[in-house]
Formats: sequence, C-alpha cells, structure tokens
Amino acid sequence: MFLLPYHSYFWAIINKNKRMKQLIKNIVFLLALLLIGCGEKEEKKKEGFSVTRQKTETEKPASTPATEVTKASERIDLTNKGLGPVTSVTLNPEIDQAMASTGKEVYDKMCLACHRIGKKFIGPAPNGILERRTPEWVMNMILNPEQMVKEDPLAKDLLVEFNGSPMANQGLTEEQARAVLEYFRTL
Amino acid sequence: MKNLNYLICILFGLGITFSSCNNQSQKSNGALSSSAAEKVYVAPGEQDEFYAFLSGGYSGNLTVYGLPSGRLFKEIPVFSQFPTSGYGYSEETKPMLNTSFGFIPWDDLHHPDISQTNGELDGRWIFVNGNNTPRIARVSLSTFETEEIIEVPNSAGNHSSSFITENTEYVVAGTRFSVPVPQRDMPINEYKGNFKGALSFISVAPDNGRLNLEFQVLMPGFNYDLSHPGRGKSHGWFFFTTYNTEEASSLLEVNASQNDKDFIAAVNWKKIEEYVKNGGGTKMPADYAHNVYDEETHTGTSTMKKEVITVDPTQVPGSLYFLPTPKSPHGCDVDPTGQYIIGNGKLSADLTVHSFDKMLAAIEGEKFDGDAYGIPILKFEDVLAGTVKSGGLGPLHTEFDDKGNAYTTFFISSEVVKWKVGTWEVIDRKPTYYSVGHLMIPGGNSRKPFGKYVVAMNKITKDRYLPTGPEMEHSAQLYDISGEKMELLLDFPTHGEPHYAAGCPAELLASNSKKIYRLDDNKHKYATIGVDDARVERNGNEVHVYMSTIRSHFTPDNIEGVKVGDKVYFHITNHEQDFDVPHGFSIIGQGTSEILVMPGQTKTSLWEPKKVGVWPFYCTDFCSALHQEMQGYVRVSPANSNIDLSWSLGE
Repeated sequence: MFLLPYHSYFWAIINKNKRMKQLIKNIVFLLALLLIGCGEKEEKKKEGFSVTRQKTETEKPASTPATEVTKASERIDLTNKGLGPVTSVTLNPEIDQAMASTGKEVYDKMCLACHRIGKKFIGPAPNGILERRTPEWVMNMILNPEQMVKEDPLAKDLLVEFNGSPMANQGLTEEQARAVLEYFRTL
Repeated sequence: MKNLNYLICILFGLGITFSSCNNQSQKSNGALSSSAAEKVYVAPGEQDEFYAFLSGGYSGNLTVYGLPSGRLFKEIPVFSQFPTSGYGYSEETKPMLNTSFGFIPWDDLHHPDISQTNGELDGRWIFVNGNNTPRIARVSLSTFETEEIIEVPNSAGNHSSSFITENTEYVVAGTRFSVPVPQRDMPINEYKGNFKGALSFISVAPDNGRLNLEFQVLMPGFNYDLSHPGRGKSHGWFFFTTYNTEEASSLLEVNASQNDKDFIAAVNWKKIEEYVKNGGGTKMPADYAHNVYDEETHTGTSTMKKEVITVDPTQVPGSLYFLPTPKSPHGCDVDPTGQYIIGNGKLSADLTVHSFDKMLAAIEGEKFDGDAYGIPILKFEDVLAGTVKSGGLGPLHTEFDDKGNAYTTFFISSEVVKWKVGTWEVIDRKPTYYSVGHLMIPGGNSRKPFGKYVVAMNKITKDRYLPTGPEMEHSAQLYDISGEKMELLLDFPTHGEPHYAAGCPAELLASNSKKIYRLDDNKHKYATIGVDDARVERNGNEVHVYMSTIRSHFTPDNIEGVKVGDKVYFHITNHEQDFDVPHGFSIIGQGTSEILVMPGQTKTSLWEPKKVGVWPFYCTDFCSALHQEMQGYVRVSPANSNIDLSWSLGE
C-alpha cells in the first residue's frame, strides 16, 4: 500500500542529489528484489493493464526460415520507382546544400507533424531512406500518395504497417519535393 | 354492414382513380414521365449542369443546389450563426455579425444576385440582403464564404435589395418600411408626410469587391418592395415597385390597398451619382457596421461608420419619376433587352408592362399627371407597353429565357405562366405545388439568360412529401422550359424559405472553386505554421493554445496548467494541404460551437472551463481511418492552483 509513495519519494531525491544516486539505486534494487518476491501482489500495483501475448513463430529464429517477415519500412528495394509524376532523378555526388536547406524548411512546415527525424512517429523516419528506396519512389510518395498507397506494393504495406494512417498529400510542388529529397541526403 | 363499408371503399377508390385520370390527361403520359426522370437524373459520379443559389429566408443563410438534380451541395452561412462550421461562433467570424445594434446572430436572407459584367453573369461574387436588421453581404464564389457585410442605416425591412447594376457598379438596397430619418421619438400616427424611404447605393470595388455606401436617396414614405436594374439601353436606371402609397401605419392589409394604382419608381442613378460626385447631397450622422473577412488572415474585422450622404431627389432634376402601376405591385423585373419593365400587381389578375422608350418620350414631352411630394408622376397610358391578360391571380415575379419569353409566378392561383414579350400573349401555364413565390431561370434577370430550366419556389408544401409534423420544408419545382410547353420534371425540398435565387452554368464557377487555403499564405495572428511552433501561452487568465492538426492528431494533445476561470483560446491551424480534408475541434462544455477548420486555415474557439478535471477534446470531422484516435486531454486545476502550463504530444 505504501510502496508507491515511497518510490516517488526516492526518485525525487535522486533527481536532486546526484551523490546519493548510487546509494539510492542500491536501495531501490533491494526493494525491487523484495517486490519480485511478493509475486502476485506486485501485479496489482502496476499501472494500467497488459495483455500477455503469445509469442509468434517469427520470434523463434530457428524454427522458420527468413521468409517475408521484414517490415515494409525496413525492406530494401532500389529498383521500384513508384507511381507518379517522377520517372527519373539524377543525384549529384555532391549534396546541394542550398537546396537541402530549402528542403528542410519545407519539411519542417509540411512533413514534421508526422515524420520525426531519427524516430518512428506517425510515419517512418526519413533517415537513410535512400539506402532503401529509389529517389523517384520517395518523390512519388510525397507527390502522389493517394495512388501510391492504393497501387504500389511497398506503399500499400507501409500503410498497413503504420496503422492505416494515410500519407497526406501536402500539395508540394515537384521542386519542393526534390528539395526535401536533398535534405534527406543530409540526414 | 361490413359489405357496405367495402362498397363505399371501392366506390371511393374508383373516384380517386377517375379523378387522377383526369389530372393525368392534362399532364404528360407515362412515357414522358420516364423521360422526365432521365432529364433530372445525374448519374453517380457525374455533375450537374447548373449551380442554383437559393436564399434561406429566415434561416439567414444561402443554400447551394445543383440543377437539374435538385441536390443540396452546401449551406453558406451569411447572417446566421452556423455550428456546422463554427461561423458566428469562432473568434474570427463573430465580427461578421456585428451591427449598430450589437452582435445580431440571425437575419432573414432574401434575394441573391450574382455579379455581372456588361449585363452578363461573371461569377465573381453573389450578393444577398438581410431583411430584418438591414444588411448587405457579399459572398465569394471561389471560397463560397461570406467575405463582407455592410449594415444599411436609415433602412428598415431591407427588402427591395440586393440587386446589382449591369457592371456591378452598385449593389442596391431599398427599404420596405419607411421610418423617421434620422430615427427619433415621435407618434406613429404622424407617419404620413414625415417618414422617409431610403434607397441605398452601395458601390462594389471592381478588383476586390469591397463595399462602400456611396449615397442614399430619401424617398417619400411609401413601402419599397422590390427592384431591378435597367440593362442595355436602360442601364443607368433602377426601378423599384412601391406599395402603401397611402402611407398607412396600421392595418395595411386594408389601408394599403385603397389606391387603384401605386408606382414603379424609376431612379436615374447615374444622374444622382454625378450630383454626389460634384459635392451634392447632405452628410448625415449615421451609425452602421462594416464587416470584412480577410482570406489571408482568416479573420473578420468590424468597423463602425459614422456618416452617410443622403440625397433629396427633388433637388436633382430628372433623377426620379413615378410610373403608375396597378394594384400594389410586388416584383419589378426588367427584360434582357432593358426595354420592358414588368410590374407584378399582386392584387391583380394582369401584369403591367412599361416601355422604357415610352417612358423617355413621356419625360421628354413632360407629360406629367401631377406629382407626389414634388416627384413627377408620368401618365399611365403614356408609359404602358402592354398588359398580360393571364387569367391567373396574384402575380408576383417574372423571369426571362433567351428566346423572348417571360415566366411569371401567380401566388393565388399557384401556377407559372409563360408569355411572349412584345405580344403579351399567354403561351402556356403549369400548376405549382403550392402557392409559388419566386422563380428562377439561371441568368434570368440579366442580358443573357440560360433558358433551359425554371425553378419555382413554393410557399406551401402540404402533401408533396412525407409529413414531418406541423413544420415542413418548402418545396421547389423544376420545369424544363426548352420547348414550347413547360414540363414539370422534379420536386425537391429547400431549406428555410427561399425568397428568390440566382443560378449560373456550372462551368462559370466550378474551375475557380478554391480547393485549399495555402499554408504559405496563412497570415493569421495566431497561426501555427510549423509544428514546432505549437505551444501554450498564458496572459493573465487568457490561455492561448497554438495547436495544429494533421491526419490524425492534434499537436499538442496533452495540456496541463489550465485553471477554472481561464479563457482558453484554441487557435487551430489545419496543416493539411489536400482537397476536402478539414479537421474539427470540439471540447466538452464548449459554450460556443465546434469549429471546422479547412486545410491551411486557422480558426479559434473560446473555451471557458468551469470544472476541475481532465477534459477531452476531439476532431469532429471523420478525417481518416484513425479519426477516432484524434483526441487529447486538457487538465483543468482549481483557480488557485500553481501548476505550470505544459503541453506535449506522444510523450
């Protein structure tokens, strides 16, 4: 009953006093051991609830061969150009920094609400996207998402992987989409 | 006994069969009926041929329909609060309903008129009048939103409005009720000779449509019922029907029907315009609101105007004449050539048609039949072009096709009568269901009508639809007028009470219709342009939430530090840039209404939390498969709490 207040008390001290940190950690560790010892009682103290899921087959690496289990976002396809207005993009070896900074401006305004740098948010993070997708595919996904999520196999799977959250058509011009692509190269 | 009942039933049934047979023989036969269905059938995925803008009357708003299908596309809020979009509830649109009487959340919207160039519809704006607290509004036909409302001082029952001149130089607003000008405390029974009727000429800036009340013509104290502009040869003149030339202030039903003839007032506005330009007229103190909505700031502002120029028409020779017109004329309509002015004497069986040429000749010859308050009255016979002996009862309004025909509604005899302009012969008549008021042919009061359909707007519905209790929506009827005889094609219900309508070919508007507001152009003071700008700020007990939306989340969606007694302004910017993806915002206990925010737009809803707790908000517009996930919480603490403001998303 009184364990929770205790916990918060300890944590407050930890935050205030770094020197005490190790000592407290030890105490917490001991308490944690005690809690584990409590068994069933500990379960009730947890906030919310959790559902015990059956482990899926794929999580046993030995039992199944590596068939189609790679997430769409992690799949690598450097030939598919997607569907849309962009059929060919040439990337110069040198990144065009001016274009990339324009791209960042556009991205921050039009894309950031769903795509965060370095972490999955509503949609996938754009980091390293050109290691997995062709530049044409990326631009078509920006410029023509409605058709892409209906007809492009990769985009279709992405829609499922990301919970059915649609890729919004933000009305970028082709030039803006190209700039965003350049920005992605800097990430 | 039972058998007798059966017998009666059978006889009764036969009676109905026979009587309906009689009706059928007058109408079209079965084969034609099926062709009527084809004529109004717009297949799924296909689009209508015409836009029709029907006034909503006491709904205060304007409705947009498609013809020939009769499908309702939109209700445009103009003079009334509209929770569907938040119009008149959002902070940005509240100023649109400001008047010299304060915030007036309702009006009686009457007569839509589409802007014209050279007498032809140009599809830039549509003008409508608020009848009750006199106002004129301009609605954009690219955004289909109300952009401007100007109050009309010295007016009361703004009914002979809002008709435009043939190059949209002016939108004209005439008063129905005459009143003391300026308003003052005086006995009602001293009306006669003391009240005035103001006819207001409001200029429309050609580039952006901005309205300005240029001058008011102060007329004798009659009722000014309806009006239409001259066109073509009569451009520069404006015609108003009058009734109550008796100047009665009580029991008008009897007392305003004493004179055999009232007048159509012919106003030479070009003469008066020139007079005012040369410094004529009297500046009079006035008090009226001018409300403008800016598309880039997505915000309306209201300013109070303090002065108006009034003109005594007797001081401007040649500016005003009275054309005697029988029996309290209602509608005042001008044919596409501008030659004929039709007075629909509502207590008469006949229509009176005046000739513009004859009017000019009579003025030239100074053939006057006396005067009224110094205004010359022309001789009836000298200006009369002809009389349409229709045999109907209670003519109200006339519209025109592009083949030299006119179509007049008869309220009492419930019919539309087609007649030939020039010969005045009746060509056809068709019943309406029931008691028709206005009618509309797209472009039917311009130089270039599109004479394919006429819409009759009826005042009484009765048995046309499944009953819905004592109150029924009014019914409209669509007729095909492409042939010699009119053919009834369709009934469709209308919202509120349509008083007049305006229509135009779909292609005039469809390609200019705005799909989104560009986020780049958003200059709203409280816009959240980048998602990183999303934040919450406190200023005393005002809390400003800069919030953005995209499918399907709010940024931020968890807010703490709000207190009971705060005024919380949710400034919602919709970051979508795709057609038809609005997001809504609603929060428990919202004392205003939800707001519906269009892509690229910012709208603000004020929330005044009254109870401590954790209160949810959500998106009201089903925006994606994850719409039900589009929600958030605001923690409301006691007024004396010292919890700091904080906000987050996904943490």
